Parts: sequence; C-alpha cells; structure tokens
Amino acid sequence: MDGFRIPLGDWVETGLNWLLDNLEGLFTFVSTVIGALVDGLSTALIETPFPATIAIFALIAWLLRSWKLAVGTILSFVFILALDLWTPAMQTLALVIVAAAIAVLIAVPLGIWSARNDRVRATLKPVLDFMQTMPAFVYLIPAIMFFGIGVVPGVVATVIFALPPGVRLTELGIRGVDSETVEAGHAFGATPGQILRGVQLPLALPTIMAGINQLIMLALSMAVIAGMAGADGLGKLVVQGISSMDIALGVEAGLGIVLIAVFLDRCTAALAEPSPSSLFGILERRRQDRRRQEAAEATASAPGLVTA
Amino acid sequence: MSEIALEAHHLYKVFGRSPQHAVKRLKAGETRTDVLDAGTAAVIDASFTVNRGEIFVIMGLSGSGKSTIIRMLNGLHDITDGEVIIGGDDIAKAPPAALREIRRERVSMVFQHFALLPHRTVAANVAYPLELKGVGKTERLRKAEEILSLVGLEGWGDKLPSELSGGMQQRVGIARALAADTDILLMDEAFSALDPLIRREMQEQLVELQAKLQKTIVFITHDLNEAMFLGDRIAVMRDGRIVQIGTPEDILTDPANDYVEQFVQDVDRARVLTAANVMERPRPVVPDTAGPRTALRQMRDSYMSATYVVGRDRQLVGMVTDRDAVKLVRKGESSLASILKPVPQSVDENEVLMNLFIPSVESPLPLAVTDAEGRLTGVIPRVTLLAALGPGPGATGELTLPLNPMPQAVIDEVLAEAQDAVDAASAVATPSADSAEEGR
Repeated sequence: MDGFRIPLGDWVETGLNWLLDNLEGLFTFVSTVIGALVDGLSTALIETPFPATIAIFALIAWLLRSWKLAVGTILSFVFILALDLWTPAMQTLALVIVAAAIAVLIAVPLGIWSARNDRVRATLKPVLDFMQTMPAFVYLIPAIMFFGIGVVPGVVATVIFALPPGVRLTELGIRGVDSETVEAGHAFGATPGQILRGVQLPLALPTIMAGINQLIMLALSMAVIAGMAGADGLGKLVVQGISSMDIALGVEAGLGIVLIAVFLDRCTAALAEPSPSSLFGILERRRQDRRRQEAAEATASAPGLVTA
Repeated sequence: MSEIALEAHHLYKVFGRSPQHAVKRLKAGETRTDVLDAGTAAVIDASFTVNRGEIFVIMGLSGSGKSTIIRMLNGLHDITDGEVIIGGDDIAKAPPAALREIRRERVSMVFQHFALLPHRTVAANVAYPLELKGVGKTERLRKAEEILSLVGLEGWGDKLPSELSGGMQQRVGIARALAADTDILLMDEAFSALDPLIRREMQEQLVELQAKLQKTIVFITHDLNEAMFLGDRIAVMRDGRIVQIGTPEDILTDPANDYVEQFVQDVDRARVLTAANVMERPRPVVPDTAGPRTALRQMRDSYMSATYVVGRDRQLVGMVTDRDAVKLVRKGESSLASILKPVPQSVDENEVLMNLFIPSVESPLPLAVTDAEGRLTGVIPRVTLLAALGPGPGATGELTLPLNPMPQAVIDEVLAEAQDAVDAASAVATPSADSAEEGR
C-alpha cells in the first residue's frame, strides 16, 4: 500500500472547480438573492425600534402558545438587549429565518415526492444520511469557494445541514396517514392532488411541523459555524471568543443563542401541537361557543324541530 | 335500466412478483399453494352478479380474499385478470380519469374503521363526496344536514368525528356514502369494529334505510349471523374462491360442501329462518261456509281437536273446537258462526323463528302463519319448530309424525274384547284426542 492512495479529495476538488468555472452565473444569482434576503431582514429587524420588535415577538409567542411564553420572550429579549447583543442577535435571527425558510421550501416538497415514490425514497435515503453525518464544517469549504466569505455560505451550509429532518418527517408523516382514510379519498373519486391537499397533508401536518421544528433547531445550531464563514451575528462573536480565549464574550454570545433557540423552539413546537391556552385557541373556542349558542337559540325558537 | 347492477366475471387478484404468470397457472388448474412462488393469490376465479336493489353479502374468514374483492369492484385494487362491469363499463380497463368519474357517480364505499377526515366537521365529512363532485358549499352543506337526519344524526353536523361514539362515526361514514348518491354502496366490514349491541342496532338501521332507499349494496363481513340477517344473497368465500352463492336459507339448509356446513353450524338459526321457511300445509282447514258436520269430519280425519276456519280468499277468520262442533251437530244447527272463536295467536310469515316460541306455546293449535293480507298460508306444529333449530338439511322439510294414535273406535273395540282387563288399565291406555294433539 506504500505510496498508493485514492485521491478522492482531489477529484472532488476538481469537480467543484469545474462547477465554479461553468456555473458562475448561477452562483452569483443565488448569492445575490440570499444576501439580499438576509441583509434586508436583518436591517428591518435592527432598524425597527426595539420595543416594537420585542412586542411583535411577544405577540407571536402568545398567538401560538400562551401568555406565559410571551412574558418569557419579553424577558429574554430585554436581557439580550441588556447584554448589548441586540444587533448580532437580530443578524443571527435573520440568518436562521432565511435559511430555515429556504430549507422548508426544499424539504417539504422533497418529502412529499419521496413519500409517493419508492424509488425517490431509496435514492434520497443515503443522500440524507450523508448530509446529516458529514461534519457541518466541511460544507463551509465549497460554500466559501462558491459564494465567498460572508453570510451567504453560512446560509447555504445551514440549509444543507438542516434539510434532512424536514424531508424525513414530511415523508414519515405522509406515509403514516391511515391508509383507509386515503382509500376513502380514492373511493369517492378524488384526484391524487385532491388527496394530497385534502387528506394527506392535513393529517400529516403535526409530523411535518415537528420536522420543521427540528429543522429550525438545527439551523440555529449552525449559527456558530456560519460565524466561521464570516456571517455577522452571535456566531461570529462566539468564534471571536474562541480565538481570543475571551470567556466573557463567548458566554454572553452563547447565552444569546440559547435564548433565541428557546423562543424559536417553543413557538414552532406549538405549530405541531396547537395549545389550548394560545390566543388562537382562545379565539377559536370563543367562536365555537358563540356558534353553539346561536344554534341553541335557533332550536329553542323553533321547538317543533327539536324532536325531529 | 337493467336489473343487474354489477357483474364480476372470473376475477383474479394476485399480489407478488409475476401475477400474470400465476393467473395462467391457476387457470391451468394449479392450487393457491402451488403458485406461491409467483405470488399470493388473494382472489381466484370469482364470478357473481349483484341485482339492483339487493344486499349482496360476501362472507368469509380473514384471509379469504373478501376485502380484496370489494376493493376490486371500485378499482382501489387493480384487477389482475377478469372483468368487473358496472353500468356497461369494465372497471379493469377504465383509465384513471374515467375510474374517478365512476367512483364519484356510481360506486361509493363505507369503511371498517370509518375513515373519516378527523380535521373536518361531521357535516364537512358528509359533504366530502359532493365537494369532489364540484357542488357549491351552501348546497352541499344543506344536503349533508338532510342526509345526517336520515341516519339519525341531526344537530351533530358541527362536531368533529372524534367527539362521536363509534356507532355514530360509522353513521357518518354511511351518510357520506349516501351523500355521493350512487346506486351502488360497497360496505367493507362496516359494522365489525362496533360493539355487539351497537352492531345489532346498526344492522337494523341499515335494513330500514335500505327499505327506504333501495340501493344496491355489496356488504363484506366475517360474521355469518350478520350475513344471514342482512343478505338477500350471500357469497361464501374460502381461500380466495367463492364456494357458494345463495339466499341465507339456501346456505343454511343446503350447504354446498362440508366447509359451508361447518361454517353454518354456529349460526343462530332461530334468527335467520322465518316462519315461511319451516311452516307446513295447514290441515285441517274448514271454510266458514261449511257446517259443523264437515268440520267434525275433518278434525276426526286429521286427529285434531280443533280446526282453523278460513273465509273467502283463505282469510283466517277463527277456529272451532271438536267439543263445540259436537254440541252443534247434536242441536242440529248448520252454521259454524255461533261457535267460531277468535284465533289466539297467529304470526306473520316473515317472522323469524326466535319470535315464534312464545306464540307457539300459547297457541292451542299448531301456530297459524299468515301473509301480509291476513291469509292463512301455513301452520307450524311445535315439533317442526324444534326440529328446525337442529343442524342438517332435512330439518326444515315436511315432517311425518312417527306415531299417529290409533283411531279410538279400534282401541275401544280391543278393550271391550279384553273383558277381564281392569278399569284403571283402560284409562291409561286410551289417550284422549286432546292430549295427543297438544303433544304435537
């Protein structure tokens, strides 16, 4: 074996170089779009007066989960503000939101496709395994090659890393829908599209939402690595903390990430299991009560129909 | 409109690697186990027709292929070989769009585990087939309410399926199938997931609904009692093949083979067989225009202590006893009218045996059976009722009594000759006509 070595890394590098030479337009386009999205969102988050931003976050938490989470959200973000981490925190949030949105847009359709087609499933499975187990840093190298230093390679690496649970749980959810219920859709003459929209997606929604929740959490865990690629935000501060052995900076920035993570996790987990104490739940209950009351009044005013 | 709603010709369904090859070998006479290497044969050479407006039950144990067959009827499983004709179209050859059209307009289905959409309200579930047909929202919800009241669920439209009991959920399932307004209804073990009491109630409700709506129903079940109760005709399946098709009485009284016979052993015959199945020719019967002498003669000839009296058109008008007739003859009257008694018990010919026991005990004569117009169509002696409950084909045939009492005159003669016999002995040996008849 002396001297013999498969130059796999070289081959991959050659391949990537070829891509870089020939698809430069595409990369520039992707880079521009993603860059614009992240910059736009982070500017918007930073430019908006912070009380308004915090109020919006609290309202989201209340709508989706409960007033308790709303209070917790206010406390968390005020704390971040007090640590003087507001700007990097908003930059990280923008990066995570954009990356997660892109990942969802790719993961859900892929999951649906692989649920409906066994061959796609068989092909995707090893690819997803690969994506999930490959150390996340490795994605950064080609991402930086293609898109240069900055926020874009961070987003791209995050998307790749966060994608698998979204695809997997979407597929699992759709395959897990009771086969008799799907048969019922067929038996009444629904088209495949109608079955997907009317039966499979609604019934798989909790599982898909759990997948999206996982996807967002993975995206957030990539924030530090994105910081290595030069993306502004809390991740960059953590990296600085590591390189300069600055414990204070590292702890503060790390804590900021944790607080954002808790906020995002609780909100998106509520998407999977709507909570009765959320504002949506309360409003829905009120509406139902009112409808019931109206129905009761209607039957009371027409007593002859009650016995029918 | 033809009388046949659905035809299945030589249906085969094989799951596995090379279904066509397996079918070829099955057709050549190989058995289900022989072709296992090519695939699992779920349905083998099944042919039947379902008439318009009947409940056709396909019955078999699990693994007999009955659930596969019903899914071939609406194309949920594609057909390996053979054809299913619904309204002139072959399901096997219909392209997807045409198949969807057939499902929307001609065949609907009720599922074992209800298969309701849990995120939709009851009314929206019932309206689902109409939604697929493109009916507008207000119109389809109005229709849904109408159908919900038909199945006894008015006012439940706003609830979610999970808020309903199993029996009610299945009524929603039935309502949904009815909303599709198709002629043919496929019911796949529709009541198997329900409690026995609820099941019974649902079966009765289905029979009621069917009397109103006259749909063509293909009903799958593994419960023979259910099959017997619901089915106008029953197909018994075993190992993918249909082994017998017939009316419930046919299956019960004339099983095609040992398998069916074993199967029907456990059937509660008292709930399946009706009075009409077991009744005998009424004998004696006296027209109300006849005199007491005719009546008395008839009773004597058939060893009966009383007889039914029928009017014009065999309307059952009453009964007379031999004692009363004797008095009348002695008085020299010529009309039965003065001694005519009302019949204490008579039953409709569609009554199941279960409901005949008490009337039979209370009836002094073999139980009178009448048709819808009140005409006397037959009688059921108690022994016949008993014999009908036993297994075996002969049980419901005409019964000949093994021993008829000898004419009293003969017995009297013999006794008179034996002068030395003690009085007590003759009292025991002479059966009165009354007690002999009551024993029947």
